[in-house]
Amino acid sequence: MPRFAYFDPHPAQAVTTQSPLHHFVASASGEGSAVALREHAFLDHLILRGEPAVMIDVVQSVLGLTLPTEPQTLVLGDAGSLQWLSPDEWLLIVAAGDGFRLQRALCEALGKSHFSIVDVSGGQTVLELHGECAVAVLMKSTVYDVDPGRFPVGKGVTSVFAKATAVIRRVGEERWELIVRRSFADYCLRWLLDAGEEYGIDYQPAKARVASARKSASNMEAVS
Amino acid sequence: MFHIYCPYCAEYREEEEFHPKGQAHIARPADPTATSDDTWGEYLFFRDNPRGVHHELWVHAVGCRKFFNITRDTRSYAILETYRMGDQPSVTAESMILAERDAECGVTSTATMQGVPS
Repeated sequence: MPRFAYFDPHPAQAVTTQSPLHHFVASASGEGSAVALREHAFLDHLILRGEPAVMIDVVQSVLGLTLPTEPQTLVLGDAGSLQWLSPDEWLLIVAAGDGFRLQRALCEALGKSHFSIVDVSGGQTVLELHGECAVAVLMKSTVYDVDPGRFPVGKGVTSVFAKATAVIRRVGEERWELIVRRSFADYCLRWLLDAGEEYGIDYQPAKARVASARKSASNMEAVS
Repeated sequence: MFHIYCPYCAEYREEEEFHPKGQAHIARPADPTATSDDTWGEYLFFRDNPRGVHHELWVHAVGCRKFFNITRDTRSYAILETYRMGDQPSVTAESMILAERDAECGVTSTATMQGVPS
């Protein structure tokens, strides 16, 4: 009897994919901008759940990433990024198209263990703030203490962002990422454009992408 | 605004991220079908409303989304302790009375938040 039904979110036919922020046009102040805002659209997001003891070896062998078991930590690697969300929950973000393959590889490696892997790619999107004033924009937007001294590179938290919520994480010295819900993406982007206006925020939209047809014909199958 | 220590995130967070969920340590009757109406009604509807130390269930709603317990003083709103699900409180009404008695007797009391690294 099959334990899982797999669903490949990238269909066999080529279809146009829209980011939740597709309706925004580029905005830039023209002169020197102290903060840039970009959307990293169409990445594959997976939620991994399970006991750390169950997950840690499998994640290491399949993804080549060390499972972050300390609260508020983030691991960046070639395969993608893996972030601690709660003591038994992690967010894995990988390049578009890798999610389905990794989900299957993880499920097979975990076998009969007690775990759950859910593809949430359609439910959220990644926004990147980059520049010397990125932290100033964040300080206006969240109740969390994002002071660079208290918030080192490789830290990520889930907290309040404006009147919505976001996962806020620092991926570089002046590089911050926000993971926002699809339904709040419009609001969050408008908020960021407003908050960043005084720093001459520079926003370029992500391109609409046409999904290339998959080689494998079946996009839904079950394995035992 | 309070800063509340989340025992799962292991740091203080804004009160805005949390939600109270009522009284803690309410045990569900083991066999509901063999439970009297009074006991079942007590379990479902009746809650303590003490003046003083109260143990409450809270959830870190905008964060790790884990439930945990807070021991709170309903007179001063002071948070005396936060601890994980399944743990027992180390600060109780009895322990507070004993601490006050010790303080009156001249014993220096160091009543601080338990389970939190200073």
